[in-house]
Amino acid sequence: MTDPTPTASPPLLAIRGLSKAFLGVQALDGVDFTVRHGEIHALLGENGAGKSTLIKTLTGVYQRDAGTVTLEGRAIAPRGVEEAQRLHIGTVYQEVNLLPNLSVAENLFLGRQPMRFGLVDRGAMRRRARAVLMPYGLSLDVTAPLGRFSVATQQIVAIARAVDMSAKVLILDEPTASLDTQEVAVLFKVMRTLRSRGIGIVFVTHFLDQVYALCDRITVLRNGRLVGERRTAELPRLDLVAMMLGRELEAAAHRIALPADDAEEDARPPLVRFRGYGKARSVEPFDLDIRPGEVVGLAGLLGSGRTETARLVFGMDRADRGEAAVDGRAVRLRGPRDAIQLGFGFCPEDRKKEGIVGALSVRENIILALQARQGWLRPLPRRRQEEIADRFIRLLDIRTPHAEQPIQFLSGGNQQKALLARWLATEPRLLILDEPTRGIDVGAHAEIIRLIERLCADGMALLVVSSELEEIVAYSRRVVVLRDRRHVAELRGGEVAVDRIVAAIASEPAVAGEPRP
Amino acid sequence: MIHRFLPLLVTSAVLVVGFLLCAAQFPNFASLRVVGNLLTDNAFLGITAVGMTFVILSGGIDLSVGAVIGFTTVLLAVLIEQGGWHPFSAFAVALAVAGGFGAAMGAVIHVFQMPPFIVTLAGMFVARGLGFVLSTDSIPINHPLYAELGDLALRFDGGGKLTLPALLMLGVVAAAVVCAHWTRFGANLYALGGNRQSAELMGVPVGRTTVAVYALSGLLAGLAGIVFSLYTGAGYSLAATGVELDTITAVVIGGTQLTGGYGYVIGTFIGVLIQGLIQTYITFDGSLSSWWTKIAIGVLLFVFILLQKGLLAVWTGRGGAPAEA
Ligand SMILES: Nc1ncnc2c1ncn2[C@@H]1O[C@H](COP(=O)(O)OP(=O)(O)O)[C@@H](O)[C@H]1O
Ligand SMILES: [Mg+2]
Repeated sequence: MTDPTPTASPPLLAIRGLSKAFLGVQALDGVDFTVRHGEIHALLGENGAGKSTLIKTLTGVYQRDAGTVTLEGRAIAPRGVEEAQRLHIGTVYQEVNLLPNLSVAENLFLGRQPMRFGLVDRGAMRRRARAVLMPYGLSLDVTAPLGRFSVATQQIVAIARAVDMSAKVLILDEPTASLDTQEVAVLFKVMRTLRSRGIGIVFVTHFLDQVYALCDRITVLRNGRLVGERRTAELPRLDLVAMMLGRELEAAAHRIALPADDAEEDARPPLVRFRGYGKARSVEPFDLDIRPGEVVGLAGLLGSGRTETARLVFGMDRADRGEAAVDGRAVRLRGPRDAIQLGFGFCPEDRKKEGIVGALSVRENIILALQARQGWLRPLPRRRQEEIADRFIRLLDIRTPHAEQPIQFLSGGNQQKALLARWLATEPRLLILDEPTRGIDVGAHAEIIRLIERLCADGMALLVVSSELEEIVAYSRRVVVLRDRRHVAELRGGEVAVDRIVAAIASEPAVAGEPRP
Repeated sequence: MIHRFLPLLVTSAVLVVGFLLCAAQFPNFASLRVVGNLLTDNAFLGITAVGMTFVILSGGIDLSVGAVIGFTTVLLAVLIEQGGWHPFSAFAVALAVAGGFGAAMGAVIHVFQMPPFIVTLAGMFVARGLGFVLSTDSIPINHPLYAELGDLALRFDGGGKLTLPALLMLGVVAAAVVCAHWTRFGANLYALGGNRQSAELMGVPVGRTTVAVYALSGLLAGLAGIVFSLYTGAGYSLAATGVELDTITAVVIGGTQLTGGYGYVIGTFIGVLIQGLIQTYITFDGSLSSWWTKIAIGVLLFVFILLQKGLLAVWTGRGGAPAEA
């Protein structure tokens, strides 16, 4: 993509020397960042690099310590989101989930409701809400509370709201985290349309494929500093990763070594065995064995029943049919407590809602599951807690000033690592990971995979849900493919490959009544 | 669609059933006169409860309203009786003081990020204390205008009438419904109660809205104070003790979530009427201690909170299939 603006006119958005510090953390240190008319500009960097802080400082959520921002040559300094919106800068923040208690239409138009005779014109609001959602192929009851829809739908509504407000600049901070491939494709189409209209788009993502599919330019941050700005076409992937990490990434193509002989493996008794296990309106009955030291992947589209399967295995949802056995003995999983007692661990997909306890420190979050298993009446000695926390902070490279930092102040990827640490600390026999690398950068990714490999060698079994097929293929010994809430295929050994998974997902035409084009 | 209004429907059903039961037991219960009195007797409560609804919708609480009512009645009595002010001037001052007091509490809550419970609890003591500083005795208000305003009413056949307090309450409720659902301020309140951080990131002016909602609650408590002084014809610093709890009760019975973000003004109005109905029943019965009112309301409150918890679980779609198109 060529730069459509003549060099003489000022760039759409120019940030110069932007700095922002939080108590003791220099989150941004003299960063320059330029967005031109009609470009999609990827803002990249590891977790904690300062991407979200840059966006929030730019849009007035935080006040900057130093630096200038100009929009089409005019200096701006928004003191709040409202002011940024009035300057036609629309933003989807990383953690925003809109407001579950308001209707879809109210969420879309909050603060800019169509008015008539001094009052909100609710009819016009509904009509315009439907129109705004049209390009996303989303036709839903716009008067229903947003909280009733799936995370993905909520995310699309958040994007639609920002897009509708961004006459000049659109900022998306990891918007694709909870979307499936099809939804991402729709989003990209919308972004391309906006680009052709001359709008500048800032796009934060951890998916390098998306960067190369879509973005014209790349700016990389590391530890709050600018590393550089490049044209995407002139920056090979390996160089980009090196820019992000500040070192060569030796583990980029890491793959867990498979045990040589599948047949021999299968003869071993499984750690857990499910037969005809299922729950009405959640997942059709399925059979599943997981052996010690084995990684089993769950693949399928969003909503295919992956997460539901994981929740059943962990007892978060109660099965209404079928049997479960651990070490050959029948067990009943009436809740996570039962599962934890059996040595299961579970890292949920929505870490905000089900995982981290924001106000507690990193240490307390890490020892939570261990403490729960041994009972609250027998507290772990403080020294031991600190040992465990420090070990995992080092092991997983959790970026935090110290173990006593409230976890809510960590960046998303680091929260995810702390959550993983919580379960690893219990040395589980079976660990269930739901989207473990969502919102995690490449470096941490490789570290986590290495760690998983070590634990598997020690006999831990893993059940992993992921939307990233390449990732699943990289570490799974077996892959269960789901479609429409049913386990439709089980691939093993040499069959584990991306195209085989895709074929299994697509092997049957979907049932009629699919909502999206 | 239906179940969004379910708490409201249940509350309304309780009111209707309760009224029918009363009417079945006492032949002259179902009359315009009884309904008119019900509205008049509970006017100050209804007006205060509207302000409380807004505050609770925004995710806060205002414990100072009872004390502000008491303070307002004393202030009016002192200004009119001892200062020789015209009642209308006194009303204007009282409203300004009460609204300003609320705005100050809102500003403290926002600027210092303090829990509303603590700030308005402090506000309650301050307002009560100020009332005592003005006067510890009950001061009768004998201004002729008070008698005139007391007589002002829309009269109907059969002895029913809508007094000025009742009309004021109905007007406030109607205005509040419009404000909640057809203004940006109303939408911002719900947004704030839904999730403060998300609201801020969506551009809701959090500070301004917080100050405004406590100012409004204070203003309506001031108005309730005026109504209360018209109703009792006196100013007394101990007046309306515990009214903050009665209003919170009305709000909760009316289906509004104490944690904010969900609820309706009209539900609060019905909640006030249910409380009034129980009181009227006990008056009609004559043999029951008035403390039975409190007991009945306590039980109702408990039942409604349980009901809401159950409804919210259904509402947020726990366990069900995703409700997507
Ligand atoms: N509100 C805050 N208070 C304290 N520290 C913060 C806050 N927000 C971000 N930080 C710190 O600033 C750094 C940059 O974080 P962030 O901008 O979220 O990174 P990114 O979005 O690139 O992952 C991190 O070290 C993070 O811990
Ligand atoms: Mg971020």
